[in-house]
Amino acid sequence: MANLKSRFNLRDKGAEYWERSPKWRRVALSIFFIAICYALPFLNNPLINTPGSDFQSVLFYPVGMYVLMAIGLNIVVGKSGLLDLGYVAFFAIGAYTMAILGTKTGLNFWEILPIGVGLAMLSGVLLGTPTLRLRGDYLAIVTLGFGEIVRIFAVNTDSIGGARGVAGIPTPPDIFKAKFTILDPKPYYWMLLTFTLLIIWMVRRMAARRPGRAWDAIRQDDDVAQLMGINTRKYKVWAFVLGAAVAGVGGVVYASQILSIVPDQFNLNVSILILACVVFGGIGNVWGVILGAVLLAFTPERIRFLSQPRILVFGIALVVMMNLRPDGILPKKKREHFDPDWQTVEESGEGSIK
Amino acid sequence: MDFALLRDAFWGLTFDGIALGAIYALISLGYTLVYGVLRLINFAHSEVFMIGTFAALVAASGIMGVNIEDDPRTGGSMILTLLVCLIVAMLASAITAVLVEIVAYRRLRQRGATKLATLISAIGVSISLVELFRIITDSLPREFPRIMEKTFLFSYAGADIRNDKVIVIIAAGLMMFALERFITKSRLGKGIRAVSMDENTSTLMGVNINRVITVTFFAGGLMAGAAAFFYILVYENTSFKVGFFLGISAFTAAVLGGIGNLKGALFGGFALGLMETWTSAVFGTAWKAVISFIILVLVLLIKPTGLFGESIQQARV
Repeated sequence: MANLKSRFNLRDKGAEYWERSPKWRRVALSIFFIAICYALPFLNNPLINTPGSDFQSVLFYPVGMYVLMAIGLNIVVGKSGLLDLGYVAFFAIGAYTMAILGTKTGLNFWEILPIGVGLAMLSGVLLGTPTLRLRGDYLAIVTLGFGEIVRIFAVNTDSIGGARGVAGIPTPPDIFKAKFTILDPKPYYWMLLTFTLLIIWMVRRMAARRPGRAWDAIRQDDDVAQLMGINTRKYKVWAFVLGAAVAGVGGVVYASQILSIVPDQFNLNVSILILACVVFGGIGNVWGVILGAVLLAFTPERIRFLSQPRILVFGIALVVMMNLRPDGILPKKKREHFDPDWQTVEESGEGSIK
Repeated sequence: MDFALLRDAFWGLTFDGIALGAIYALISLGYTLVYGVLRLINFAHSEVFMIGTFAALVAASGIMGVNIEDDPRTGGSMILTLLVCLIVAMLASAITAVLVEIVAYRRLRQRGATKLATLISAIGVSISLVELFRIITDSLPREFPRIMEKTFLFSYAGADIRNDKVIVIIAAGLMMFALERFITKSRLGKGIRAVSMDENTSTLMGVNINRVITVTFFAGGLMAGAAAFFYILVYENTSFKVGFFLGISAFTAAVLGGIGNLKGALFGGFALGLMETWTSAVFGTAWKAVISFIILVLVLLIKPTGLFGESIQQARV
């Protein structure tokens, strides 16, 4: 069984190939993949096309947006093991900052972006500081509540548009020849892709250093991490705040593309879908998370020809997938030597039942 | 802010709050039972409730032949209709809950999968069921025929006591009593408490863990089905979305009292029902969810395991 498993373990094969490759090959491969990502809007392949909706729009929302948000949520859920069910709140805060400042003041997109991210981070601190003492499931319900509160607040506050939301959000100013208009989602996609790549780079840097090791320790055992002298509270809040910042970026970009937002776009389902992306792809592993997000965002659009039952199919696929591969499609690489007995112990110990 | 309304209609609101709280308490018992045994949030429990409401609807119009235009029934015919609807709703919910366990949980549990994987699997079941009913009902809410004449029995301190809500409160109390007897006295109930204390040891002591888990889901489903019937009896409509709102509130109630603790679920249910009706009188219905969550956060900050702690094994209900 162990042999069979390792033979078909594409993720480990890929990781090994990557680690054995000389530097020039790594650079060449990275450039190749990044170039493909940037060229995606021009590909008109019947395999990946989305009949029923504009492929270029799909690339921006949901695919690109889900990837960005899933990477952000992965910092919180995957790396530090804090179950956050209200992630959409930070997305909403970013989007509303863009909407309100964009319509009521003369600030442009690039000036609002840091404000939106800052506000999202601030709300992350405000939510995180008191609640991160709570254990798993309690944290889940409190964050879920926070997500709902932000939405209900937006629905009931008329000065920020109430249930009708905000319309007429300005688009970002042009960069060189790239014009940001509602008709052309390509520049938005490229902008989002650039942000995503930057964030992936930052997260990977961070994960390899002190914060990353602290998050690892906290995820595996909170108490032991604290005994080892890690300021667990601080690193948990940091994970929360960084996750919030990523969602804030997503929110600002989203609002500037969609032009009008309504509070009901930011409901619990978004949080759950993003969480599903993280778990589906392989929790903790950034490439797995990206794959999961692409699949979960893309599949409902790809099977739009099924129209009515497509979400039903999606739900069933989720159940089947989790039953077949409970660790996700591309689980996080286990650095230890593979030992089937150990693995079960480790898996049950790591953030599971107890 | 309208404190005058709260002051004037206090007893009426309190009565409504208790009736709503009874429904919350019944649903949150399902969350708490499953949490006690599996240490998992049963995300699909809200859909177990939703299916109960539709089962009651089918029982009323299909089996008992009550139409929307009909006059409310009286006497023996009314009691029979009420009972049939209640039993059908309870059974439908209980069977759904057991199926959810088999489809979403069993395999993952036996493979020792992580908590999050199981959560996503349950979310998948939840999404599928909601979508199934959205397609069946064409995204439209459904009206429930009026089975019984709703009259005011008597007035107390300005509160009009309506008969259907009295039935709900009494029947819910009976259900909770029956569940308490079952958990504390019966053999299977002992099994449930043993598994919630220590799964491995109870397996060694000869407890059939699969059966215990099935029974746990069944019992939780029965309670959710009863809650579904009471809900539809009082509010007389349902839709595919009904589970979502009620489910969140009931889950909040379970956490408020200390999830995994039966007494906590009951207390949390009633407390949340009362808080929601009182605060919606003061701040307007739009804000009631916000107020409940703020109260929940405050409680958790002071006592992080909920008001009654979180162990099912010590529960005396």
